[in-house]
Amino acid sequence: MIQKSQTAFKNQSPRLSINGLLNRTIQNPLRLIAIVLLVYILVVALSRLLGGDYRADQFARQLIFGLAQGSIYALIALGYTLVYGILLMINFAHGEVFMAGAYIGFFVITALNNAGLLVSQTLLALLITIFSGVIASVIVAVALERIAYRPLRNAPRLVPLITAIGASILLQQLFLRLFGVSTRRYPDVNLYAFPQLFPELGCATINGETICRGIDLIGGRYDVVVFGLQLRVLPIHFLVFFLALTFMAVLWFIVQRTRIGKAMRAVAEDKSTAALMGIDVDQVIVITFVLGAALAGAGGVLFALYNQQVSPFIGFIPGIKAFTAAVLGGIGNIPGAVFGGLFLGVVESVAPSMLGLSQQLKDVIAFSMLVLVLIFRPTGILGEVLAQKKA
Amino acid sequence: MSLLEIHDIHTFYGNINALKGVSLQVEEGEIVTLIGGNGAGKTTTLNTICGITPPRSGQVCLNGQDITRLPPHKIVELGVVQVPEGRKIFTRLTVRENLELGAFGRRDKTGIARDIQSVFERFPRLEERQRQLGGTLSGGEQQMLAIGRALMAQPRILLLDEPSMGLAPLLVREIFNVIVSLNANSGTTILLVEQNALMALAVANRAYVLQSGYITHADSAEKLRHDPAIIEAYLGG
Ligand SMILES: Nc1ncnc2c1ncn2[C@@H]1O[C@H](COP(=O)(O)OP(=O)(O)O)[C@@H](O)[C@H]1O
Ligand SMILES: [Mg+2]
Repeated sequence: MIQKSQTAFKNQSPRLSINGLLNRTIQNPLRLIAIVLLVYILVVALSRLLGGDYRADQFARQLIFGLAQGSIYALIALGYTLVYGILLMINFAHGEVFMAGAYIGFFVITALNNAGLLVSQTLLALLITIFSGVIASVIVAVALERIAYRPLRNAPRLVPLITAIGASILLQQLFLRLFGVSTRRYPDVNLYAFPQLFPELGCATINGETICRGIDLIGGRYDVVVFGLQLRVLPIHFLVFFLALTFMAVLWFIVQRTRIGKAMRAVAEDKSTAALMGIDVDQVIVITFVLGAALAGAGGVLFALYNQQVSPFIGFIPGIKAFTAAVLGGIGNIPGAVFGGLFLGVVESVAPSMLGLSQQLKDVIAFSMLVLVLIFRPTGILGEVLAQKKA
Repeated sequence: MSLLEIHDIHTFYGNINALKGVSLQVEEGEIVTLIGGNGAGKTTTLNTICGITPPRSGQVCLNGQDITRLPPHKIVELGVVQVPEGRKIFTRLTVRENLELGAFGRRDKTGIARDIQSVFERFPRLEERQRQLGGTLSGGEQQMLAIGRALMAQPRILLLDEPSMGLAPLLVREIFNVIVSLNANSGTTILLVEQNALMALAVANRAYVLQSGYITHADSAEKLRHDPAIIEAYLGG
């Protein structure tokens, strides 16, 4: 009997039919659990929405925050995905590459603040800070590649993985010993912009004269009413989102359109043939680490600009979250990393209060998603890449 | 002085000794073929020349310059270009991008554009498919792309590893015609690795026979074609 039903199941067309779905669900208890879970989530969310326990303005606020947080995840996730695409290796020290950018950025922005430049030349000071964060992350990543990973290029795949975890701990401890355990705080920054667009904002009276400098993109908080929703809006969240999208667009352009991007794709597909084309494979691998680190470094400074707290450990959780995001989107897949990052950021920001759970459960939600994806769709939501790679 | 000269090459994969003292020369303008059965070490010989599997001992010289320890990309820059076994097209890059990668070491944009055009003239089907992904091409088209891609590097010596492998007889003939015309019309020196010894000996000037990592015969292609031992072992005699 059982055998018969299994043959019937195999012969079924892959087309989605209620019957087939039911059959497969009953046969696979994991699938059953997942479907029950999804239905439960939907019912709870809907009933809370209808019952007025969860309001639209809450949703809007959490969505915006989730997109900002998600863009940071996406920026880090791109580093995981780029390196995986080329070396089939998870660089678990990438969270510390991110931390290095944020941490060194702290020293630079503090120095610029003490010099008065952060107030007098805010935009320039911020650009310098981001640039130094990028440089710091790039230096750490290049050193990692050179010292820890390159000598293991031909070792079994587990070896560089374990090395990466070791490197992650080493970098945390190194920053801890060098700079101390205390959490550092980024200074408050006010970056006024668009006085024509927002003529009533940012007004101050100096020497009896009132000047309006427009919207404060970094430190500002504004209560606004949009579509009848009372919202408290932080422009920094939008700024982070748009800057992250810009950086990712630049990366996309580099990979798809430039000579070096073509070389990266060739090396990702077949290293020895790439070498036969005259490509310096080691150099391309270094460039890949540099690109991933630059995005992480920029992300680190942006993260620190709205989160303000930095310590040697701030890379750990975002690093794992970004890894989750990369897997969600399909590791090795660039649009997948962006999608996975934004998706994870939004879900963990929106889900707890939508489901009436404690905000502290957001990490549980994020990692449950990782487990679910690994069980049901190990190639990620957008990806077949992994399967192709193995072939 | 020969254009390419390899002297007493010993190459290993871990403990496996694939080449046990291989020596051969290729003169400027020649077609030389290297024949031998499966696992004889033909691919290893080409990869040792190209720096992919450097030898444990022995020497590879190009025009008298020792290139034994150079990394692969430097060797390509010197004009030693390989069409690898199994074509090794970049399947997720377009046909055009594959050709552009062949010219990776070059910076002369107009020269590259002109050479892409001349590859298209030689293989019109590649022009029709220039925007398709390499992986969507048929075996014969992939071989043409692999040869076109190698030509983009402006080879002084072209190393071809079993270009006829897995192709229908008509396509094999076409590929061999291309090889002969490259040599006759463009003066490209060619080192041709083949299991199809009959065809290879028909187009080559000289030939080497490789067996279990040793060179067992070295002579003019004409003589080897009529050597009873060769006929028996490699020409289905
Ligand atoms: N990557 C490798 N690792 C271990 N042994 C190899 C590898 N490649 C080739 N060999 C061995 O080296 C010998 C020569 O192989 P190869 O050069 O590919 O022969 P051919 O091209 O003449 O068929 C064979 O015995 C083969 O098993
Ligand atoms: Mg071979």
